[in-house]
Amino acid sequence: MNAPFPFSGKQKMSELLNNDFSLLGVLTRMGIPFGFGDASVEDVCRKSGVNTQAFLLICSIYTLDGYVPPRELLKDVDVRDIVKYLHRSHRWYMEEFIESLSDALKEMTAPCSEKYHLIIRKFLGDYREELAKHFAYEEEIVFPYVERLLAGNEGCDFSILQYEKNHSNIQEKLEDLKSLVMKYMPGICESRSIFRALYYIYALERDLSRHTFIEDSILVPLVSRMESHE
Amino acid sequence: MSKQVLLVIPSTIIARGLEQALSGTGEFETSCILGDLSGNISSRLKNLTFDGVIVDPAVFEYTARGKGKALIGAFSDTPVLAIECSPLDEAVRKQYDGVLSLYDSPATLIQKVRDALSVPVETQKNEGEELSAREKEILVCVAQGMLNKEIADRLCLSIHTVITHRKNITRKTGIKTVAGLTVYALMNSLIEM
Repeated sequence: MNAPFPFSGKQKMSELLNNDFSLLGVLTRMGIPFGFGDASVEDVCRKSGVNTQAFLLICSIYTLDGYVPPRELLKDVDVRDIVKYLHRSHRWYMEEFIESLSDALKEMTAPCSEKYHLIIRKFLGDYREELAKHFAYEEEIVFPYVERLLAGNEGCDFSILQYEKNHSNIQEKLEDLKSLVMKYMPGICESRSIFRALYYIYALERDLSRHTFIEDSILVPLVSRMESHE
Repeated sequence: MSKQVLLVIPSTIIARGLEQALSGTGEFETSCILGDLSGNISSRLKNLTFDGVIVDPAVFEYTARGKGKALIGAFSDTPVLAIECSPLDEAVRKQYDGVLSLYDSPATLIQKVRDALSVPVETQKNEGEELSAREKEILVCVAQGMLNKEIADRLCLSIHTVITHRKNITRKTGIKTVAGLTVYALMNSLIEM
């Protein structure tokens, strides 16, 4: 449903963040430091050199299920801010999320036989590779293409529609991991370590779904508008 | 608790009217209104929670209209009703779990939605079942990297039967990918490393 823009730049940053804990990750990836006191969203963004509209838009997508930004809102958003955010998210997933998940899985399988340890490690290793490949395509093909468009460089043999069509699902393996960890770990595994692993899987799954949504419903329309010189 | 209904209807007026009519008894609530199903349909549908869908078949291209329900069904097991905003072909109508008319009274609408949503979905009946011996056999083949055709040849089954077994394996275990099924087979000692 196209709800009106749910947040305002005038409200307190702390109030906005209170809506959903995943916004804390957004804040960090946007490069906004904590310790903002009671300052407004606008002021905090300005101080950190972050575009308020882009920040509010991303926060809306993280907070509201199925939020589709109205077209007129996209007009005030600089595609550069979106690309920057996506780029930082890619690094965050690979350097922070997957590492935490890997540690949690290691802890979970510690009491099991070597077999479990190896199986789970290989599965996560394969998934990590799949993610890296998926992100590399965006980092090496899609983002540089957006840069070229911004620089007024026409005549590229790529179009954002190609990206939209080939945008693969990076969540299936994660969902499988969730089922495996939740349902089939041997009784010797401690509940709290299974919980910790599931916690990271759920957090990553949710974040990735929002990330994909930003790519499909913000990046793609913004770039396709640049392509048609709107 | 009221049941959540997802509306996939391009016309805002119709969507809003239906939302209003459904909310009357407090039995149903509109969880979300989508104007179309373009873009990444799976991620959009997966991110939403709902107990039933009401779709205007006009959101599907004319040639895809005959399998509109299957398109939604691929991402969700919930019942799907159509709303007939323009006359629908009989073949299109009959795939849905109910067809609403623009001229239905609110009471009729609610009754139709109630009927559709109270039908137990087939896939929910068998939840919690163990894999059968045949399914385990097929799972082992999948974990060994065999294709459906190869599995069919080895076990003297039709490809169609293999596909049905694979669907059931995924439904029972909640695991979709070959990599995930392999882990399952290893953990349950169906195959060795």
